Parts: sequence; C-alpha cells; structure tokens
Amino acid sequence: MQPEERLFRSEWGRLVTALTRIFGLDNLAIAEDVVQDVFCRAVEVWKLRGVPENPSAWLMTSARNRAIDLLRRERKARSLVPELRRQFESEWTLVPTVAQFFTSGVMEDDQLRMMFSCCDPALAAQTQVGLILNLLCGFSVAEIANAFLTKYKAMEKRIARGKAALADSKTLFDFDDEELPVRLDAVHRAVYLLFNEGYHSSSAPAAVRMELCREAMRLGRLISGNAQLATAQTYALCALMWLSAARVPGRMDAAGELLAFADQDRTLWDRQLIAEGTAFLERSAFGPEASTYHWEAAIACLHARTPDWRDTDWGKLVWLYDQLLQVNSSPVVALNRAIAVGYRDGPRLGIEAIEAIPHGGRLERYPFLPAALGEFELAAGRPQAARSHFERALSLARTPLEQRFLERRVLAAAERSAQSEIVDGVVGANERAG
Amino acid sequence: MSEFIYLYRGGGRPESPEDGERVMQAWMTWLQDLAAKGHMKDRGQPLEGEGRVVRGSNGSISDGPFAEAKDLVGGYSVIEAADLDQAAQLARGCPIFERGGVVEVRPVMKM
Repeated sequence: MQPEERLFRSEWGRLVTALTRIFGLDNLAIAEDVVQDVFCRAVEVWKLRGVPENPSAWLMTSARNRAIDLLRRERKARSLVPELRRQFESEWTLVPTVAQFFTSGVMEDDQLRMMFSCCDPALAAQTQVGLILNLLCGFSVAEIANAFLTKYKAMEKRIARGKAALADSKTLFDFDDEELPVRLDAVHRAVYLLFNEGYHSSSAPAAVRMELCREAMRLGRLISGNAQLATAQTYALCALMWLSAARVPGRMDAAGELLAFADQDRTLWDRQLIAEGTAFLERSAFGPEASTYHWEAAIACLHARTPDWRDTDWGKLVWLYDQLLQVNSSPVVALNRAIAVGYRDGPRLGIEAIEAIPHGGRLERYPFLPAALGEFELAAGRPQAARSHFERALSLARTPLEQRFLERRVLAAAERSAQSEIVDGVVGANERAG
Repeated sequence: MSEFIYLYRGGGRPESPEDGERVMQAWMTWLQDLAAKGHMKDRGQPLEGEGRVVRGSNGSISDGPFAEAKDLVGGYSVIEAADLDQAAQLARGCPIFERGGVVEVRPVMKM
C-alpha cells in the first residue's frame, strides 16, 4: 500500500499538539522530540516492511505509548502541566488521562488552540505563520525559510523567539479567554498569509506553493468546523481560498508555462472546489460588515463561475473592486480594478485608470503593471508602445517563469508591430499608386 | 541464483515529515523494483539502535551501541542474484546513499 499523500505532514501537527497538551507549552521541545522519534521509527519500519493498514493510528499509538513511558520516568523529576500532575502520578489514571488527549474531537480542538497560541499578538505576523507551519504543519525550519525566501539563520532565530514566547504561557490558549476575537482576527490573517504565500508567491517552487495552499485550506477547514470560531469572516476566508485554489489547474499550459488569464482553459478548473467555495461564500453572508475576505471571495467567485473569459461581467467586477478598495487599499488591488475598468470601458480608459493609480511602493517594481499597460496598448492597436511596456515588464520579472511569459509577450508585440508596418507599407504603396 | 544479505549501515535521520516521506517513498520504490525483477527473497527487518554486546569466555555483557552511528546496521534484506557482482550492481540504486549510508553485500554461504 502506498502511504496516503501528505500523511506525515498532517499527522505531525496533530501529534505535536496532543503531546504539548500533556507536557505543557513550556515543554514543547519534549513533544517535538517524541514526535520526531516516532516519525523516524515509522520511516525505518515502513520503508522495509511497507505502510500498515491504518498508518495514522499506528503513529498515534506509538506517540501515546512513548508519552506514557516518558511520564512514568519523569513522574518525580519534573513538574509537568500542574493541573494534570495528579492524574499522571497515579498509575490508575495515567494511561486513561493520556489516552483521552488522543481522541478525535479533543485533537481537533487542541490543534485550534495551538493555532491561537501561535497567533500571540506580541509576535510579528510572519513569526506567527512560521510557528504554525513548524508546529502544526510539520515544516522544517529549512522548508519555511525556502518558502518565504528568508535566510535559514534568520528563520531559525524567528522561530526560536516564537517558541520562547509560547513557553511563557505554559498551557494552550483557552477559548474562554476574552482575547478570543482579537486572536481570531490574527488567526485569519495568518491563514490568509499562508495561503497567499502559496498562491501568489513569485519565488518558491510550484510544489512548495501548492503545499502552502493545501495547509492553509486544511487549517481553514479546521476553524470553520468549530461552532465558536465559524464566524462570517471564517467562512469568507474559506470561500476565498477554495475559489482561488479551484483555478490553479488552469494557470499553466501543458509545458508548464504561465498562461495569461484570458487564455486559461477554464474547463480544467476544479468544479468541486468551486461548489464548496460557493457554499462557504453563501454561509459567510451574515453579520454587520463585509471584510476584505468577503470581497476577495466575491471576486474569485465571479471568475470561477464565468465559464468563458469573454463573458466576464466587467461592470460588476469593477464594483466589487471598488468595495474591496474601501477595506483594503492595496496598490495591487487598485491595479486589478484599473484592469477591470479597461475591459469594461475599452483599452484607452484602462490605460488612463492604470496611470491614475498613485505611484510608488510595491507597484514600482511590479512587472504586471507595465504588462497590463502593454496588453491595453496592444488592444488599442499600438504594438510599438506595447512592446516597450512588455520590455519594461520583462526587466522586472522575478522568476524564470515570469521571464519566459513576458518574453513571449514582447515577441507577440514585435510580430504585431512588424505586421502593421507591412500593412502600412502596402497601404502607403497603394496610395502612391493611386 | 544465490542468496545475498544486504546490511544497511548508517544513513541518518529524516529532517522533517516531508523528508521522511521522501525517504520512505524512495525505499519502497527501490524495494518494489527489486521484487518485481524477482530478486527479493525477504524484505528483512529494521533493527533498533540499542542492544547488548556479549563477549569473552566469562560472558561479559555491555550495552551497545557497538559502533559510531554512521556504521550502525539499521536493517537487512535477503536478495537473490546470479553472483556477487550482480548483487552489488543491484544495490547501487539503494536510497541510503543519498544520506551517506552504505550497503554491505554479503553472500550467504552455500552448503
């Protein structure tokens, strides 16, 4: 039997969390060591003997037994989680107490509580995401550094600082805490960051990016499955992730090259994800205010439910971007709005709208701004202007993939420009002849 | 066909769950390939790192490990091959080499 895909990754977080509940947040390192050990043994045994029928149960039993061994040995030496010490001291209660932390409802809740612990407001958002990836998603420090294009040493320091902060609180975050709403916002932001890093990152390898998206979605599902945490924003965030992920399969052609949005094969989009995402979006429509997640999800939904690019409701799209800009005034959002204006009102007005965006900041070196200008110049019949925009975009390309994509656009503009010269030449000759 | 034992020495620990999954996948693919070609007699067993060493006429017993971690036998398999050369050739695809381990190939003595 082949191991289930990503089995180890998702099991890692479940086991680390369950063991942290037992040993306390200040003994996180013990929990991690135990899980590391369990995994190494699993690899040693399974690589020769094959994966067992229920690998997840095998790992859980193994982790539980190691925890019990450890508690027996450390009973006197260490003061573990104070409120559990009495249960751990007696042989009668030790085994059932430990076992209870490995039952399914409890494990899901504890993972959520771990997520909330990681989103300590004292920590930078990037550190929160790093901790979540490390503790709940089983990413090594090297893998996180790779995903975020950070130096290994810097990421190692950041995660160590994060873990030190966690240790101060000793026990996992409690949902009765009055800080819950604030933390929930931070949890949403962390999951959103995680997803975007996977979905939009220009740097990380494609496989890593998909992995980040998958993990963000797994955590999103976990949050939305908890009655106390399933707020309108939670549903909107899930809708946004599902409806975006549904469109990943069309983003590249058979040769693995980037495709322009208009050229994507929409039949490749994942219908099930679209259906689930739409259901999330419907459930998100309650509460007093629409968040950035709501509007982004609505935009993703508009695309996902338009089978042909040419049928896009550009007017509605511009309106949605206007709403989004009210709650999220990012320059990239402004650029996307301007592009929608161009498709609604024609290339000339699109160019004007792009030029009207306040300059500076991230957009200054964003290759898809000149690329958008190039597309509209091309549509307006000025291939030479288009070509120089595409060349500018090409000079800003951040990855080989973007570079090859923009090279093809430069070439397309150059060809069009050559054709129009021939046409001009023929027209000119005819005029002279006439 | 003759029998050979592969002794897997060293090879290190996986660095992350993802890494562990890669290691395992590589091993399973390699072993399945050997089995498919009719060379696998017994997939063998993994061995614990700890143990005891018993030596001398007085039967003194000491704790393992017996060698440095990089030389420790972590498991074995039983292989069938035409001769030692072929058995050694077949071992070349073993994923243990990616982690700095070695495969010791030993013919089983024929009676």
